[in-house]
Amino acid sequence: MTEIISLAEHGRRVLLRRFAEGAAIFALVPVALASRAEAADATVRIDNFTFAPTPLTIAAGTTVTWVNHDDIPHAVYCQALSLRSHPMDTGDSFSHRFAQAGTFDYICSLHPQMRGRIVVSA
Amino acid sequence: MASELSNIDRRGVLKCMTWAGTAMVWTVTGGVPLARMIGEAEAASSGFTFAQISDSHLGFDKPANPHTTDTLAEALNQVKALPTKPAFMIHTGDITHLSKPAQFDTGRQLMEGTGLTTYTVPGEHDILEDDGKSYLNRFGKGAKGDGWYSFDTHGVHFIGLVNVVNLQGNGLGNLGHEQLEWLEKDVAHRSASTPVVVMAHVPLWTVYREWGWGTGDGAQALGFLKRFGSVTVLNGHIHQVMQKVEGNVAFHTARSTAFPQPAPGAAKGPGPMMVPAGELREHLGIARVSLVSTNTPLAIVDTPLI
Repeated sequence: MTEIISLAEHGRRVLLRRFAEGAAIFALVPVALASRAEAADATVRIDNFTFAPTPLTIAAGTTVTWVNHDDIPHAVYCQALSLRSHPMDTGDSFSHRFAQAGTFDYICSLHPQMRGRIVVSA
Repeated sequence: MASELSNIDRRGVLKCMTWAGTAMVWTVTGGVPLARMIGEAEAASSGFTFAQISDSHLGFDKPANPHTTDTLAEALNQVKALPTKPAFMIHTGDITHLSKPAQFDTGRQLMEGTGLTTYTVPGEHDILEDDGKSYLNRFGKGAKGDGWYSFDTHGVHFIGLVNVVNLQGNGLGNLGHEQLEWLEKDVAHRSASTPVVVMAHVPLWTVYREWGWGTGDGAQALGFLKRFGSVTVLNGHIHQVMQKVEGNVAFHTARSTAFPQPAPGAAKGPGPMMVPAGELREHLGIARVSLVSTNTPLAIVDTPLI
């Protein structure tokens, strides 16, 4: 019984989260179009306790979306950017726009043996 | 030895869910704990026993076990059915899968149903939201910091540690400076003859670094305990039994009541392991520990349920 309640609650939160992320991406689109033509969005798959691709090289202004395909939750944590995602359960995603050039290492804050790197070119 | 199904109702439940979680029972006699799976021979008649369960992951609903509430309940029923009532129970973390209040409440309600006090430590799945407040508000009363504490009972000093907060780039569990300072003081003035039992979610010893199955600063904690004659470290997290004895320190990880995980390196990753439904029961565990009077390192015995 409790599982049903928690799942319903979980589903509601996922929907809210996706709505919020969708809104954020829509907000970014005109900016990206207005500035430069590149900076297509990039996706990092989380599968079998690994981030892929890594390292991921992108242009500044690119929005990276992490998608969790595991049946265990994961969370992205990049200390250098003080970037911390919400815990992503199966199918959940998290997006971040990398505005500045640089090399950014990140881990899963739940499973810190999972390491990834984003290289942002100017 | 197999845990025999005792009646048709239970058989029916098991037929539906095909497997069940289990607990571990520890008996402490004169200083050394011994573990047995429930269903084995009875615990030593002297000394005291306590039950260990771990990694119930309430809210997990994937194919590896869509019925984690049922398997926890089954494990607790086995604890309740013990002929010798344990003094208390411990849960070595990941009570919930996603730190949801409803998941914690279900866990607490089920554990309270045993009539036993349950001492817990959080797993990383218990502190996903709100800086762990959902866990601490329910299970952390009187605890320090992120939920660590100690208590004495039956002449044994029990310590509950938290090694799932502020995980670092070294890829391992983490106790942190503040907790280590507390631990050093906590044990400083205790007699070396006091048996010590340490509970923590992630193994304090390095089981498999590649999967993060260890604690980066665990050696410092163990350093504070090395002068003690009997130290037993009880962990969860890896959903399988692993044992090691090093000097006077015995390390032991418990099975999950929810789903098994692969042996180190046996799969691409440490995620939930799918096993044929009829075999899952072999991978879930509850055991008992006996503290027996001997000068040798403790012997911990585990036996699969089937």
